[in-house]
Amino acid sequence: MNVVPKLSEIWVYLAATPLLGLTLTLLAYQLAFVIYQRSGGNPLANPVAISVAIVVSALTLTGTPYRTYFEGAQFVHFLLGPATVALAIPLFTQLARLKRMLLPLLGALLVGSLTACISAVAIGWALGASNESIRSLAPKSVTTPIAMGVAEKIGGLPSLTAVLVVTTGILGAVAARYLLDALRIRDHAVRGFAVGVSAHGIGTARAFQVSEEAGAFAALAMCLNGIVTALLLPLLFNAFGS
Amino acid sequence: MLSALTLLLLLQLIGEIFVQFFALPVPGPVIGLLLLFSALLMRGRLGDELRNTANSLLQHLSLLFVPAGAGVMIHASRVADEWLALSVALVGSTLLSMAATALTLKFFLRQRSAPTGQNGEQP
Repeated sequence: MNVVPKLSEIWVYLAATPLLGLTLTLLAYQLAFVIYQRSGGNPLANPVAISVAIVVSALTLTGTPYRTYFEGAQFVHFLLGPATVALAIPLFTQLARLKRMLLPLLGALLVGSLTACISAVAIGWALGASNESIRSLAPKSVTTPIAMGVAEKIGGLPSLTAVLVVTTGILGAVAARYLLDALRIRDHAVRGFAVGVSAHGIGTARAFQVSEEAGAFAALAMCLNGIVTALLLPLLFNAFGS
Repeated sequence: MLSALTLLLLLQLIGEIFVQFFALPVPGPVIGLLLLFSALLMRGRLGDELRNTANSLLQHLSLLFVPAGAGVMIHASRVADEWLALSVALVGSTLLSMAATALTLKFFLRQRSAPTGQNGEQP
């Protein structure tokens, strides 16, 4: 008879297990991916942006704290670690091309990587962002586990950096087609590399959907930028202090 | 699948131990990446199992960013206070670094393919 109390009991039980957060993440992503495909792969229908919107709406509507959600979602989040290690594989399979283009790639990587860090810090500083926010902004162009690790080392907030990283990736994946078309960059290797340096894994996922070549170079760029940023940024912040 | 996943986790673990032991400024998974890359270089070839596992992980890479992205909830007040600085910084630096990377790479590749490479401005 008392269906409603029973439902709320079930909810109380489910809300305390990691199952709900995990399932919500996967469902939101599947739905977002269907929307993305229906749109004909339009960059504006970015699957990560849509998933995050769905998850945040669901949590807000049910009054679930982020911490509770993350107890389930952490299993997905955790895979970023082994996925970072797995980046060695595209790096290795691109070895021949990497060797052939090594100097141009490294030059472009350094320019792009420094531009990303310095311009983010400079704009944030000029517009009056707080010190913590500025330090969290600096590593935002590299993939989440690396960026969070770097943010921690240089005195930023790793969880804020994670949000900035994801936003950067979405912006880059959305803007890439329009910006690179406007600059008349046609070579898919160049396009992919630029997206990988500036928009890490989310840009790379987008590049793979455009072409295999763009994707491989994006993966390469994301890898190299992660390594370069992880090595250089803490040194830069140590050298220049605040 | 299972042994490849174990290998990835093991390398990440070794990376974390390295970082803690030597107090390195680099995150553990990056050391794991470098270790795996070095191992592949030494071995000279890549097994199918490792390739397939890595591909399936990387294929759904954007899914892995969703939990972190939803963390925007706990920073809502900071984002509300500093939204202008943060959004201009993100949009500006993303576009600038993408343009800078693309144009630099295009420039260097053109320099290299030019038959008369008299101006040695390559890095």
